[in-house]
Amino acid sequence: MFNVEDIRKDFPILSRQVNGKPLVYFDNAATSQTPQQVIDVIVDYYSNYNANIHRGVHTLSQEATDKYEQARHAIQKHFNAKFAHEIIFTSGTTHSINLVANGFSSILKKGDEIIVSALEHHSNIVPWQMLCERTGAVLKVIPMNQDGELIMSEYDTLLSNKTKLVFVNHVSNALGTINPIEYIIEKAHQVAAAVLIDGAQSCPHIKPDVQALDVDFYVASGHKMCGPTGVGMLYGKESWLKKLPPYQGGGEMIAEVTFEKTTYAELPHKFEAGTPNICGGIAFGAAINYMNAIGFDTIASYEHELLEYATNKLLEIDGLKIYGTSQHKTSVISFNLENIHPYDVGSILDKMGIAVRTGHHCAQPIMDYFKIPGTVRASFSFYNTKAEIDSLVAAVKKAKMMLA
Amino acid sequence: MSITDIQNEIIDEFSMFEDWEERYQYMIDLGKDLPLINDQYKTDSNIIKGCQSKVWVHAELKDDKICFTADSDAIITKGIIAILIRVFSNQKPKDIIEADTDFIEKIGLKEHLSPTRANGLVSMIKQLKMYAIAYQTQLN
Repeated sequence: MFNVEDIRKDFPILSRQVNGKPLVYFDNAATSQTPQQVIDVIVDYYSNYNANIHRGVHTLSQEATDKYEQARHAIQKHFNAKFAHEIIFTSGTTHSINLVANGFSSILKKGDEIIVSALEHHSNIVPWQMLCERTGAVLKVIPMNQDGELIMSEYDTLLSNKTKLVFVNHVSNALGTINPIEYIIEKAHQVAAAVLIDGAQSCPHIKPDVQALDVDFYVASGHKMCGPTGVGMLYGKESWLKKLPPYQGGGEMIAEVTFEKTTYAELPHKFEAGTPNICGGIAFGAAINYMNAIGFDTIASYEHELLEYATNKLLEIDGLKIYGTSQHKTSVISFNLENIHPYDVGSILDKMGIAVRTGHHCAQPIMDYFKIPGTVRASFSFYNTKAEIDSLVAAVKKAKMMLA
Repeated sequence: MSITDIQNEIIDEFSMFEDWEERYQYMIDLGKDLPLINDQYKTDSNIIKGCQSKVWVHAELKDDKICFTADSDAIITKGIIAILIRVFSNQKPKDIIEADTDFIEKIGLKEHLSPTRANGLVSMIKQLKMYAIAYQTQLN
């Protein structure tokens, strides 16, 4: 039985104060908080078995290697990948995307086309622009409508035999829209294009099944899923990962080195040059286990309840406009008060102990579309409460009174 | 008045506020009241882009003093700009170069000068000093 008060006890940070007020943490889409169970794993690693992995014959190295590979298996199981070696540890979503983009620079030819969506984070725009500059490929964009939903009929017309890659986020970080990735993947495969789905914003709320989706690449970050920063994952179908060249050279990723030629290691090590974030990887696995113990269905249904409650309460405020009004959303509300700059609202909310994100959320094209400088974004997690939402609503009313 | 005198005067004014709300309300009122820059100077070349809010700065040399005008699209940022202009405008380049901005901390607005706020204010102060250095070179 889900009891939010019990869950909150797992998160030590939630009991701290900010500016003399109890912290209300609504910046979960930027990074999630860390439960004691994951913090314990980090402390245990450095206290008991800190060692480099895959190299030493000594006990500590064995233990660290075992735990690291167990984490890989936990991630494999979570995403339902066919093989553990299809899970590559990275430093995060951005690293994962760059790894794939770099790999495709030797595959793409001039005139090939890449499709991205109008809802992308800068990290899912810039690497592809760089890839296009290097290869002469052309970037096409799926437009969105006023609700912040991608227009699928436009996507259909962009697809052709020239399309080689499609990159879309599963959930928009700025608006919370859940994109119809099943449709996007199926259509892309009909023209033999590969698909990368950016799961940075979906994975805290949704459990994706990469085999059922038949997706070619899926990427995510540990720190948005109750794990530590600096670690993330890339899922790639075995056939694709074998085809892509290594991203970085170094130790760990080689099989044999002479000055004439180096042969690369097997998957996943081919893409894991150098000493990885060992503790981070192990803690990422622990975070995934923690969330699964609560259950993603439970998390999604509770967060949906928070989303509906907050949406209704916020819309009672005169002059408040919500951006991103799709029926399919995660627990993210992007909003503005009429004629008031989001920075001003965010500054006042901070004074009242409420953490939200303000600005363009690294998604300037979306802000340009709505002709606004940015928004205030409140994003809820399963450890938030309706009482905290009441505090937010009261604080927004106060900000409006002070700023209007 | 010297830069230090003006800063002390502002610190005195702010010491009368009892809590953050009064401080912020004062900043907001400052931001609302002042016409800070002539529209002709709100050009792209005068813009300092923060991640959050935009700031425009224009400088002119009048006699041996620099006259600053500035603006922002966010009102709290604009309030802080009003204070910075009160301190630094109509001062000699040399005095501007040598002045510090510790008084911002003393009036409880330090967080707005944090780089993570990305509101353009840190760059604005740098810009004010750059103008002062440039004009100082000219005067020499």
